[in-house]
Amino acid sequence: MPETRVLLEHAEDPKLRTLEGYKAHGGYATLEKAYREMEAEEILKQLEDSGLRGRGGAGFSMGKKASFLPRGEMAKYLCCNADESEPGAFKDRELMQRNPHQLVEGIAIAAIAADAGHAFIFIRGEYDAQANILDAAVAEAYEAGYLGEDICGSRRDLELVVHRGAGAYICGEETALLDALEGKRGNPRLKPPFPAVQGLYGGPTLINNVETLSNVPRIVANGAEWFRGYGTEQSPGTKVVSISGGVRRPGNYEVELGIPTRELICDLAGGPLPGRRIKAFYPGGSSAPVLTADEGLDLPYSFEAMAEAGSMLGSGSIIVADDTVSIPLMALRTARFYHHESCGKCTPCREGTNWTVKMLERVVRGEATPMDLDIISSVQENIMGKCLCVLGDSMAMPVSAMVKKFRPEFEAVITAASSAPAQPQESDMDAAGLPRPGAAAAI
Amino acid sequence: MSDFPVDRAVSEGRVPDRSPEAIPELHEVGCPDELREQIETLIGRYPDRHSVSIPALWAVQRLYGWCTPEGIRQAAAVMRVTPAYLESVASFYDLLHTDPVGVHKVAVCTNISCWMRGGDELLDAFRAAAAGQEDDVFVTGFECLGACDIAPMASIDERYFGPLEASEARTAIDQLLAGEDVLPEKSLAKRPLAGDAAGANGGGDA
Repeated sequence: MPETRVLLEHAEDPKLRTLEGYKAHGGYATLEKAYREMEAEEILKQLEDSGLRGRGGAGFSMGKKASFLPRGEMAKYLCCNADESEPGAFKDRELMQRNPHQLVEGIAIAAIAADAGHAFIFIRGEYDAQANILDAAVAEAYEAGYLGEDICGSRRDLELVVHRGAGAYICGEETALLDALEGKRGNPRLKPPFPAVQGLYGGPTLINNVETLSNVPRIVANGAEWFRGYGTEQSPGTKVVSISGGVRRPGNYEVELGIPTRELICDLAGGPLPGRRIKAFYPGGSSAPVLTADEGLDLPYSFEAMAEAGSMLGSGSIIVADDTVSIPLMALRTARFYHHESCGKCTPCREGTNWTVKMLERVVRGEATPMDLDIISSVQENIMGKCLCVLGDSMAMPVSAMVKKFRPEFEAVITAASSAPAQPQESDMDAAGLPRPGAAAAI
Repeated sequence: MSDFPVDRAVSEGRVPDRSPEAIPELHEVGCPDELREQIETLIGRYPDRHSVSIPALWAVQRLYGWCTPEGIRQAAAVMRVTPAYLESVASFYDLLHTDPVGVHKVAVCTNISCWMRGGDELLDAFRAAAAGQEDDVFVTGFECLGACDIAPMASIDERYFGPLEASEARTAIDQLLAGEDVLPEKSLAKRPLAGDAAGANGGGDA
């Protein structure tokens, strides 16, 4: 099955990055129409009717989110979340690198709906090359009068600033992003109030992911019905899916939501490496509970099907683990990431991620007993839903799913490691004295 | 203070030995004009001057190689905030260095997708290749850099390269130190979309 390229249409053309190249493919025509002829309500209605769901992870209706912003004279803001830091996700990087003007146009049109006069693209500091591309695109858009004062004679103004982060996963959380953008340490805030009511500088703020905003120009140009022609009823549209891990052709593939997951992994991404088979996969980035191959490969790739299977579509990033990957080591690798990235504000997350890493290290070293697996599971339960943000949950969900679905493998690792007194080869251990993935068979 | 009712053993560790530093005056810090102008331009772009703390620290790091205490005081003087405020921001973020680092920066991803494909071995290879040249090259393991499609990968002076073999680490370090283009054929910037690459749409084993 081929891709369905909508957001990535013409993305193979290197000129698309420039204003001239983007306009050659019809770019900015929708912005001109929106600023000259359309009212905020009209755009908002198109977005709501389209059923576009946020592409950053939560999958909340974008139009509905925009409609939560109060009307009135106060300063309102729009933030584009380009802090793509979820392990397994790299779609926003591709969209910004290949088609930055699509995002700028989407932001400018969404700003009408939100009645925002100031917009920011918060891009992770590691994406320096992409931030430079955005800087150039924004400068061109200012030059052409698509940003700045009195856009297309509409008497509407919009300032757009590309703001580089400096390396912190937590800043992808919307309220931590706001704190970072206000120049503080990126700690999440208590919700409510939600950013739509009280966000950046205390003003109503619409925060959307890069891919969500990139969808806006075409929805406004072609209408909500056109958008609903793609995907499923509850997950309309196309999705750029990042596929990585144990597949032959890792990369970004744009498909209609709802296609069989097997087609994504086995056809588009080429399936497992020669001689290997798929054991499990994260369907929506490293925060999503893993699905075994039997559970997941035949599910449609949509928000509702993944939720029904007890996992989530998240940011739409698949990480495939083949039969050479040790699940206990993968659980440890996942937990270490969240431990490192926990901002430390809430106790269940700060302590829970720390203890989960310690316990999983004991498991792979053979110092644990099967009872420790129950303790690991109970720690995960004590993290979930108990913090200001979902970073702790993002570790608890995949780790508890791995312990539950692959318990015999965890137990086998404990038994093998504790009954074999021979030290593993030093070359099989990483800097922290823990086994490497390739050494999984030895333990 | 001798009649202070709280047991000294409990409170002593919490009594600071001096007052926190106030906002430094610009003339006290010897801020280079270039840095001052950069930060002032940045301040003009935001509704609130505090928002420039990360961009200002980037400017300090670009100028001095890392966020030096002097550089932080200079930025603080321009921003009209205390140095402690900027210090607190700098110490939160992985890309801002509050200790000296090598001139060139290599970050090797060791997260899930790269780990599955040899990210740990790649990090070892880069560390070995840069051994003894720490003043010139700073090598570090890093969490997901958002390029799992080119796993295992590394960010070399903020540009992405992959998929890398461990044997290419030495070549990359040599080219970096010689001022040459690093591994041009492995640059992410030159990579086509996965679906457009040679060999795509060939199908695979299920």
